[in-house]
Amino acid sequence: MKRHLISTADLTREDALLILDTAEQMAQVSARSVKKLPTLRGRTVVNLFFEDSTRTRTSFEVAEKRLSADVVNFSAKGSSVSKGESLKDTALTLQAMGADAVVIRHSASGAPKLLADSDWLHGSVVNAGDGTHEHPTQALLDAFTMRRHLNPGVGHDLAGRRVTIVGDVLHSRVARSNVHLLHTLGAEVTLVAPPTLMPFGVETWPCQASYDLDAALTKADAVMMLRVQRERMNAAFFPTQREYTRRYGLDVRRLGLLPDHAIVMHPGPMVRGMEIESTIADSDRAVIVEQVANGVSVRMAVLYLLLGGSEPAITTTSETHANEELSK
Amino acid sequence: MTHYLIRNARILGGDPQDIRIADGLIAEIGAGLEARDGEQELAADGLIALPGLVDLHTHLREPGREDAETVYTGTRAAAKGGFTAVHAMANTFPVADTAGVVEQVWRLGRESGYCDVQPIGAVTVGLEGKKLAELGAMADSAAQVRVFSDDGKCVDDAVIMRRALEYVKAFGGVVAQHAQEPRLTEGAQMNEGVVSGELGLAGWPAVAEESIIARDVLLAAHVGSRLHVCHLSTAGSVEIIRWAKSKGWDVTAEVTPHHLLLTDELVRSYDAVYKVNPPLRTEADVLALREALADGTIDIVATDHAPHPAEDKQCEWSAAAMGMVGLETALSVVQSAMVDTGLMGWAEVAERMSAKPAAISGIPGHGRPVSVGEPANLVLFDAQYRGQVNPDSFATRSRNTPYRGLDLSGRVVATFLRGEAKVLDGELV
Repeated sequence: MKRHLISTADLTREDALLILDTAEQMAQVSARSVKKLPTLRGRTVVNLFFEDSTRTRTSFEVAEKRLSADVVNFSAKGSSVSKGESLKDTALTLQAMGADAVVIRHSASGAPKLLADSDWLHGSVVNAGDGTHEHPTQALLDAFTMRRHLNPGVGHDLAGRRVTIVGDVLHSRVARSNVHLLHTLGAEVTLVAPPTLMPFGVETWPCQASYDLDAALTKADAVMMLRVQRERMNAAFFPTQREYTRRYGLDVRRLGLLPDHAIVMHPGPMVRGMEIESTIADSDRAVIVEQVANGVSVRMAVLYLLLGGSEPAITTTSETHANEELSK
Repeated sequence: MTHYLIRNARILGGDPQDIRIADGLIAEIGAGLEARDGEQELAADGLIALPGLVDLHTHLREPGREDAETVYTGTRAAAKGGFTAVHAMANTFPVADTAGVVEQVWRLGRESGYCDVQPIGAVTVGLEGKKLAELGAMADSAAQVRVFSDDGKCVDDAVIMRRALEYVKAFGGVVAQHAQEPRLTEGAQMNEGVVSGELGLAGWPAVAEESIIARDVLLAAHVGSRLHVCHLSTAGSVEIIRWAKSKGWDVTAEVTPHHLLLTDELVRSYDAVYKVNPPLRTEADVLALREALADGTIDIVATDHAPHPAEDKQCEWSAAAMGMVGLETALSVVQSAMVDTGLMGWAEVAERMSAKPAAISGIPGHGRPVSVGEPANLVLFDAQYRGQVNPDSFATRSRNTPYRGLDLSGRVVATFLRGEAKVLDGELV
């Protein structure tokens, strides 16, 4: 594993499987009455969030606490950042405070890479979503969820599985990270979006691209609906919400096009009724709540591995109990 | 005033000759000239002698952003780059849209003493694109402005552009357009293409440049005026200029050194040193620009020297300022992109970087051939030199160069302005 997690494009198949397999071990911790490991005791992890994201920040925070890390939440709102402090000065401050890892969420694409490539910080940098670039831990939790349903088992990948990702691909960091990771894991990805929301040069990406959702659904093992921000409507990316829903929303008719075993995913937050019909979001075909739970396990795995975990996170039953005792 | 006898310089890359400089003029050229009393002899074996370079597109930042550059530091950088005249863009604070501001810049240039500074006047008040600035007053001022540009912004209103093109005809002016359709480039961060799609950065499409150039060449032809297009960056723009010239229209165009060498692949680093407007384009664009400069479709090289302090570049890509410094590396980059590749000889370099830019602006005493009786504005260049670019040695106040640590060909050894050495042995005098 590299020192930082910036992009899923940086992950080899072995790296990705190591994270997923480690996450399976972490999931066992989450199933216990005492959901805690001493693994990162004495290590400081800073959640550096320049952009609001309660879900992702909370997920990281839970993961960090389950690993016994000292957690510092640094929110840009109300901080020196809002007074004009630069990313560089913020990083230097965190370095001076001894941060072992920085989990960064930023509205600017590339901000985590800027931190990782600089000499401002010595710790690990984890990209928790940067602009419209990448959101690697979201892709890892998506892959983890897919593997559990479509090819369960430690060491397994997603070879031959077909994944359809639908919606605002142009502005989606989730889509970008998923395309890289799912390709690395052997899955076949099809992106579906109106032409205005399809990235320039998508034909060079390791996936298919289509404007026809119905056609893409019939062979999908998993369909992932993306969030469409309401301001896109005002920028003429598509005419109306109604037209978008008709052409790219997941409704009951379209659900019927999917193979019976196929799962429905959404990174959240959902716009019910527009992207996905409410009955589908709440149905047993949807694994949306599972994705949230799996997010904690995957983020535990990432932090554990980046911060030097070279042994299996959980080895034997006796050690597990010992760890549980230790953490009480 | 020191008189010089330069030994064995290769004028435009030709056979070695001696050049005598006296009283601000090139006094004599020949082989084996005898030194006279009081003359300082300079060995120039192997060095190429070119007329002093003229930059039609320089940002000197003064007044207003003296932390980035001043006229003094900018002209010192120009001299180190072999330039004897630069044209200072109007996007200062306050904007150079009045006779008072352009005269201030012009006067600061005279006081600096390192190279001549010819101010460029804004086309519209405050660069806002709504109301013509007092173009005639700037033309009549001590600065004698002849080039007008809202550079940094596009004069996107077709009627304002038409009026500007018409109005400057009264005093032989030229409008230099920054071609950028604003609506197509809202929030744009880099070239729109495969790389922008992958990086999740908003794209600056080629058509946003090309559509404005197409409109403007038609407008210029319609009103019978002169149009100069700043910093061409796309293959499509080249085709439009080529077409306009084939019609016999009075259109000229420039390309920057960085657009001749660098591509948008560099943006993958998210290092804001590569953030520039217009953005770095693709390899195909670079090759088309080189070809167009070689065949004369693109008339000149202009640096678009855009100094920014470190804090404006060491930040998130989307927050970073656009632009890069270029005066001190321009000739080396042109050598690497055009001469070392066999596309141009030194005579063409002199044409594109001295004679033509001087002709477009009408600046007196510059862009003249290296001939007896001409003003001794001269640069001696070591084309054999190979070395890494070290920004710490720059004279410009800012360090935002994309060439840090890169091996580039050539080095300016000496620069003379009206017979006075401003740079000797690569160092400012």
